[in-house]
Amino acid sequence: MKRIAVLGMPNTGKSTFFNRLTGAHASIANWPGTTVDLMMAKVKLGGLNAEVEAEVIDLPGIYDLRGFSEDESVVRRFLEQKPVHLVVVILNAAQLDRQLSLAIQVCHLMLPTVLLLNMADEAPKFGVVLDTDQLSKRLGIPVISMSAKYGEGYATALEAIALSLSHQAEPVSIQSIETQLISDHQLSDQLNSILEGAVQTPDQMQENLTTRLDRVLLHPFWGLPLFFGAMFLMFQVIYALGTPLQNQLAHVLDWFRVIALEPLLSALHPFLKGFLLDGLYNGVSTVAAFLPIIFLFFVCMGVVEDSGYLSRSAFLMDSFMERLGLDGRSFVMSLMGFGCNVPAIMGTRVMRSPGLRMLSMLVIPFSLCSARLNVFLFMSTALFSPRVAPLVLFSLYLLSFVAAILTAAIFKGRFPNKDPMVLELPPYRFPTLKQMLLRSWREVKHFWIWSRKFIIFGVIAIWLLNNLPIGAKPASAETFSGMIGTAMHPLLAPLGINPQLTVALIFGFIAKEIVLGGLSVIYSKPEGAALAGAIAQQIDWVQAYSFMLFTLLYVPCLSTIAVIKSESKSIKFAMLSVFWSIGLAWGASCIFYQGARALGF
Amino acid sequence: MDTLYLTSLQPGQVGTIANIKAELGLNQRLSALGFRVGRRVTLVRRAWFSGPLHVRIGTTEIMLRRRDAIAVSIALETTAIDQH
Repeated sequence: MKRIAVLGMPNTGKSTFFNRLTGAHASIANWPGTTVDLMMAKVKLGGLNAEVEAEVIDLPGIYDLRGFSEDESVVRRFLEQKPVHLVVVILNAAQLDRQLSLAIQVCHLMLPTVLLLNMADEAPKFGVVLDTDQLSKRLGIPVISMSAKYGEGYATALEAIALSLSHQAEPVSIQSIETQLISDHQLSDQLNSILEGAVQTPDQMQENLTTRLDRVLLHPFWGLPLFFGAMFLMFQVIYALGTPLQNQLAHVLDWFRVIALEPLLSALHPFLKGFLLDGLYNGVSTVAAFLPIIFLFFVCMGVVEDSGYLSRSAFLMDSFMERLGLDGRSFVMSLMGFGCNVPAIMGTRVMRSPGLRMLSMLVIPFSLCSARLNVFLFMSTALFSPRVAPLVLFSLYLLSFVAAILTAAIFKGRFPNKDPMVLELPPYRFPTLKQMLLRSWREVKHFWIWSRKFIIFGVIAIWLLNNLPIGAKPASAETFSGMIGTAMHPLLAPLGINPQLTVALIFGFIAKEIVLGGLSVIYSKPEGAALAGAIAQQIDWVQAYSFMLFTLLYVPCLSTIAVIKSESKSIKFAMLSVFWSIGLAWGASCIFYQGARALGF
Repeated sequence: MDTLYLTSLQPGQVGTIANIKAELGLNQRLSALGFRVGRRVTLVRRAWFSGPLHVRIGTTEIMLRRRDAIAVSIALETTAIDQH
């Protein structure tokens, strides 16, 4: 098996090339000690009689082999530790005037290299003229121009790759990249001499679609309203389409449970049956419920990111977000979090600076997601008059923003964004359907693989708490969760939260969707008016608001913790998020409840 | 003549990069995105509320914050070109 490393600058269509080469078979390679995911796939190259099998690794996009970013150090470490048979360097043909520096650096490593100039279809539009033969001669490596998106030149590129591979029997590794690299000054000189006569870039760029679109989309006055309009549209597409899909899926899973699982397991002891159905099967259903939303989310992300609009959001929102230690892309993710936190947290991967990503992941869980909204709709109609209820909801949305801003302000020192905030604004491009679907499919797979166990285990654990010891009435005071509710009472009493509501909060730890179901079990009343009446009899509006405040701020759900853990690859960070949000919830509810009582409410 | 910085350009104005004085990380990123001494840079637009700058070098368009843009000093060659 031969090994090919794919290396290139960001925004060069490197992943598009990788996807074309490997199809849907790529998986995430295990690369210890880093939060950066590397995609890997096995492919067969070359003609029928000279077929070679190779393992292709998609390295993260980098600007400079000497760079200080996490991605850059991952690439260095990879090349120093994993011997390769070939390095495929991918650059944007239209921007060779600056990007060629990376190819020159790679050439100095003396590794077998092929240079692909991608987006060759774009270069003429910018008035860029290339002489690939001349470049190939000067660099001493094969240079092929192609379009990974549309396929032109792709076959030639594959031939060149297969040919280079066939010449390379043994893999090569580098002892120390640093010692082989030339100084920045020499690099600049070499860049100029290689470009001279081989690459012509116009001095002044002409008017094109991008400059025209930017004049509208980045307009000083209309830019922001258009941005919010676009975000609203994206939100609508994801959740207006996703929620019915989620319901359909829940329906199917429920149907399967009633028609097949329940009759099949009817002979079992009620406890074991409950464990399998309400624990294990519900766990699987909880995981499954996220799959449609994640898929749709990444289809939409594909559109805003691949089109080039996402980096524009950074430009538009930066003056506000910079103060919070975040950028416009974190803002987009937080907004999407108002539908569901889980895909929003997965989406932070577009930000390459670890500090920025961590801070965003800490902030997103405070976005009031649709599951929490259901609880609030129920509670506010149960305890507030129809005139006040909308104000209550509005205040919760407002507090959701306040909590996010407060969190960013407190933690921005701990998770500083060390990467320079200098971003490319790529030309607007049409995303391709195939790319979008492939990526969404991959993200769904990613969630399924990395978060499944954690979520199912959590659901089972909470089910056990609610149903042990055997024989106790589920979620009653005699069960473990009832005991926890009682034991926690001194801690939650200052918030006006009684033991029953405490048990509901334990349910809410799994998912806010099941809080109402949990309350209905706890109060032995069917969901709806009867349950609302029972709760309204027991608590007053101050307690109810305190409960809602706590529900808003503490851990959104088990699945959110699961993705925070899998995205940050740090259990410690996931715990920080859990404890910070619980602490904030406790503090806010306590201040509210004690304050309201002190004022005589 | 006073030293001009990238931040002093008006939208639509073109300057030539005279010098880049930034810490190593920023310097590297700038040069990878095409900021090199002698290259022409156009200030395309400025975001509101002291937001970032949108500049163009060759065929690359870049956004950067004003406090980072101070690192780039400019020699002026053309007077303001009206973009519209």
